Amino acid sequence: MTTLKTSASTPVRLADENIEPSRGGFYAKARREFFGNRAAVISLIWIILVILSAIFAHVLTPYDPLQREAEVRLMGPSAEHLMGTDSLGRDILARVLYGGRLSLQVGFYSIIAATAFGVPLGLMAGYFGGRVDNIIMRIMDVILAFPGLILIIWLVALLGSNLTNVIFAIAFFSLPTYSRLVRGVALSVREMDYVMAAKSMGAGAGRILTWHIFPSVIGPLIVLVTLSISGAIVTGASLSFLGLGVPPPTPEWGSMLADGRAYLRNAWWMSVFPGFTITLLVLAANIVGDGLRDALDPRTQK
Amino acid sequence: MNKYILRRIAIAVPLILAIMTIVFVMLRVAVPGDPALLLAGDQATPELIEKIRESLGLNRPIWEQYLIFLRNAAMGDMGISIIHRQPVMDIIFSAFPFTVAVTFYSVTFGTALGLLVGIITAIKRGTWIDNLLMVVIVFFYSIPTFWLGIMLILIFAVGLRILPVQGATTWQHFVLPVATLSVGQATLIARLTRSSMIEILNADFIRTARSKGLPSRKIILVHALKNSLIPIITVVGLSVGGLLGGAVITESIFGLPGVGRLAIEAIGNRDYPMIQATVLMVAITFIFVNLIVDLIYAFVDPRIHYS
Repeated sequence: MTTLKTSASTPVRLADENIEPSRGGFYAKARREFFGNRAAVISLIWIILVILSAIFAHVLTPYDPLQREAEVRLMGPSAEHLMGTDSLGRDILARVLYGGRLSLQVGFYSIIAATAFGVPLGLMAGYFGGRVDNIIMRIMDVILAFPGLILIIWLVALLGSNLTNVIFAIAFFSLPTYSRLVRGVALSVREMDYVMAAKSMGAGAGRILTWHIFPSVIGPLIVLVTLSISGAIVTGASLSFLGLGVPPPTPEWGSMLADGRAYLRNAWWMSVFPGFTITLLVLAANIVGDGLRDALDPRTQK
Repeated sequence: MNKYILRRIAIAVPLILAIMTIVFVMLRVAVPGDPALLLAGDQATPELIEKIRESLGLNRPIWEQYLIFLRNAAMGDMGISIIHRQPVMDIIFSAFPFTVAVTFYSVTFGTALGLLVGIITAIKRGTWIDNLLMVVIVFFYSIPTFWLGIMLILIFAVGLRILPVQGATTWQHFVLPVATLSVGQATLIARLTRSSMIEILNADFIRTARSKGLPSRKIILVHALKNSLIPIITVVGLSVGGLLGGAVITESIFGLPGVGRLAIEAIGNRDYPMIQATVLMVAITFIFVNLIVDLIYAFVDPRIHYS
């Protein structure tokens, strides 16, 4: 644990030399700065609430998200149905709560997969350089050459639309971003004295990458992960919106919006509430991401 | 300069080739079933299917099929749409202008607005104007395209009834799609312009300009903005990819007959030649835009020549 801390803070200390010394290490300072950022803390609490409400959806609402009630079709928001009901008489609040399960799964799993594959690729490209770097980064260039959603839509369409393929497609498209970020850090760190010292003491590549280079990646990686979770959730919802996500009747925010489009004239609540829920979650994730970036970037750290 | 341009073009060629290879392999590997069977329809006789197989070259070895695919694609022949029963390229070319127009106007308006907001927030850094605009930017940055589009329809078409909901017959039909995509573009550019401007405004040469007594409007517009533009141009080029991809969503919301809607329709119909061609066309357009952006970049930043 001590190795991890010292190596992580070394490049940072260089930048901070002229600044008055303060208590604690780099991460302690970052934590203090982050928790001093009111907007970021409120956003973090909101995200935790959304996660909890998705997990405990069955406790929070008496309604079944799949239960159709013909008598209450297209009812506006009321005391019984806070967000109204949809065209099949299903409670929208219940569907929003349960829908969070899918969206959050897409967000978290795709980012975990992108990190698991992107980080080692970036570390290897940056550390070994030469041909390894060339091959890995050219493959990433090809992935990046497919514009945005098109590649993801295409992959999901070819592989079949289900949760696993949606997660795979989003993770695949995120690989270049992750490997590029990690490669950049690895490139700048590999010439540092402490890496040289480790090498001269006979440490192997695997050991150097894991214990001496990876710790420097953690800071920027946390920021990227936070900011890209919101992107992944939006992409997942976009796919469902286009009819390429998890098939109906499973509640999902994107497909709820797609359902609501036909009823814009007489049931605005069908489109407004699910969309507002996604926007608030994405907003919170972005504010937390920005807060983390300010706290973890030595140039902006106060 | 010429050498740089040639080298940049030389990088684009293998990239396009790689994309074409991936599109070919993915379609051959991932697609279940025989394309000839799909094209022939349900009531086809075995003779007809055999004829289609032959005309598509499906009875030849895979590497030969690959070469034929490359040759045909180079000549602009991407096969025949299973649904429309017309050459896919003809259909794509009639849809392309809609997508290009919406993308072009969104890039232009979005970038202009983003630059303006970015400059204001950078100059007024730390004041209430900056704080307020930053909140607005983060909010709009977080709205997913598809919800923004729906909300704009709800407000301007259903509520106020001043703009049409769907279609592409008059210029009014393009206002909401362009607005939807411009918002995302503007927030992206505004964030970037702000940080880039703040960095440049602290640079030594700005201090020199100020100490020479140059008017601050001139310092901001000439010295600072010109230098901040360099990273912004690159991002504008890359953002075209996002907008082309975003076209899939806006075109489906606003009922525009563009390439994005063709792609979605083709996916729904399992029209594989069409899927293949739309993916390829959008990817190649994206590569070309970035090629042009890189050339502009070399023009704006003289340092590029020496690297």
